[in-house]
Amino acid sequence: MIVPGRILLRFLTGLSILSVAAAAREPILVPEISQHEVVVRQGFTGADLLLYGAILEPDGTRVGTGRAYDIVVVLKGPLEAITLREKRKKLGMWVNAESTSFRSAPAFYALASSRPVSQIVDAKTAAIYELGLEWLQLSPIGAIDPQQQDQFATGLVEKRVASGLYRQDESAVTISEGVLYQARIALPSSVTTGNYTAETFAIDDGRVVASATSEVEVVKRGFERAVELFSIQQAFWYGLAAVALSVFMGWSAGRLFASR
Amino acid sequence: MDVYLPIANLAVNGLVIVLLGALTGLLSGLFGVGGGFLTTPLLIFYGVPPTVAAASAASQVTGASVSGAFAHARRGGIDYQIGGVMVVGGVVGTGIGAVLFNLLSALGQIDVAINILYVVVLGSVGIIMAREAVPQVFSGRLARFGKPPSKRRHHPLVASLPLRWRFYRSGLYISPLAPLLLGVAVGVLTMLMGIGGGFLLVPAMLFILGMSAQVVVGTSLFQILFVTMATTMMHALTTRAVDVVLAALLLVGSVSGAQVGTRFASNARPEVLRLVLAGLVLAVAARMAVGLTFRPDEIFTVVPL
Repeated sequence: MIVPGRILLRFLTGLSILSVAAAAREPILVPEISQHEVVVRQGFTGADLLLYGAILEPDGTRVGTGRAYDIVVVLKGPLEAITLREKRKKLGMWVNAESTSFRSAPAFYALASSRPVSQIVDAKTAAIYELGLEWLQLSPIGAIDPQQQDQFATGLVEKRVASGLYRQDESAVTISEGVLYQARIALPSSVTTGNYTAETFAIDDGRVVASATSEVEVVKRGFERAVELFSIQQAFWYGLAAVALSVFMGWSAGRLFASR
Repeated sequence: MDVYLPIANLAVNGLVIVLLGALTGLLSGLFGVGGGFLTTPLLIFYGVPPTVAAASAASQVTGASVSGAFAHARRGGIDYQIGGVMVVGGVVGTGIGAVLFNLLSALGQIDVAINILYVVVLGSVGIIMAREAVPQVFSGRLARFGKPPSKRRHHPLVASLPLRWRFYRSGLYISPLAPLLLGVAVGVLTMLMGIGGGFLLVPAMLFILGMSAQVVVGTSLFQILFVTMATTMMHALTTRAVDVVLAALLLVGSVSGAQVGTRFASNARPEVLRLVLAGLVLAVAARMAVGLTFRPDEIFTVVPL
């Protein structure tokens, strides 16, 4: 789940930011999320999260006209270990052929930025901070050649983009008066429950000058949670209940219609 | 009307699911089949995970066959003896199906295998039904010729099985192994494909076992009822994919659809009904064949590690 190399890289860049900040201190970044808890229960059709906040110069004044920080917001779901299978045509039939496993595929990933990421930062910085779908650190398991790995990673991203679980909207962040920024990120109804992290990056001249993290928890509650627990903890009785329900409904419908 | 499915983990339009249930219920009333062969692929097409679709469709078929089974029981249209043997086979079959399911999942070919099963089973049954129904429909319209109804007789293979029992209601003196094996086969398919197997069972009982027509439909409903119940239990215990909310929505639609279908059925010519059913079965098979040979819906599939 945690990649030591990545942490180290971040640490090093963090140090370099600190040393720079000593000369020209960090801007002040105050992020907030419209809700820190998303409750999945009956009628849940997805949620709209508003990630907003303020950005100020290090001395607490407004960002001067003529210059502006770029804001990138990344909302990331829990990391999952998955196996990805690819279908190939064999003997005239599409069957599952190659497969690869990833140790840390996020269940959800959404990036919102004020400008296209490629214009804000260079590839190296984007890779370090995982800014963008092409820079996701999926941590493949086992040795397969990089080209094939790329193909699988692209396949996964395309699949999840199609189902609304991954997205990258490079004009979703609006900054008003150079101070207030806001971005809207939609969670589809098929989101995985768990802890989500929202990271906000203030970027100036291709360098990440400030970042802040906050958490969003997606939880299942009420009847839905009860059903899920019941089906796992008391599988036998759950099955019996489902059987009883179907027999009862079939029988009562027969009664109801026959009596008319 | 948005409804969140707690096991499938997604929101669906409840009305769409109820209508889908009603459509398959209508079919079950019209043709005396459970309609699972249509529910499962349509649910998958709608975006429900395949395992959840198959597991929940099984309980819908239970609901659809209950009232029919009761009606036939009142009329004495069930051979409990042969039905019991088939149920025993069917329960064993669902167990085998569960093992196969896990084995194929481990091999990473479960979706491909289910697809192939659909094409092969529905394709062959559809062709057999169509070949039988087409001459009947058109001979009825042109002139009343055509071969006379063949004398009821069980398949020679059945006769070669050892150990014979007398099944009075069906008018048979055959080995109980034949209905047992038939039950096993249908049980496996029910577990893997989420179908009740009525469209498979009725012709098999008529033409392979040679049962008397009066008890065929009732006994097949009896068998389907118990085997789909076993399937639901098996799914609840192994795949954990039974979504009661989804099942309840499907049931609301299908039990009412079934009643409407039964009314329609009494006014329609049976051979036309059989031809329509054959067309439907073939259409589903063709749709599956396209995904298998021409272009799959998804090149990549994700499974948890």
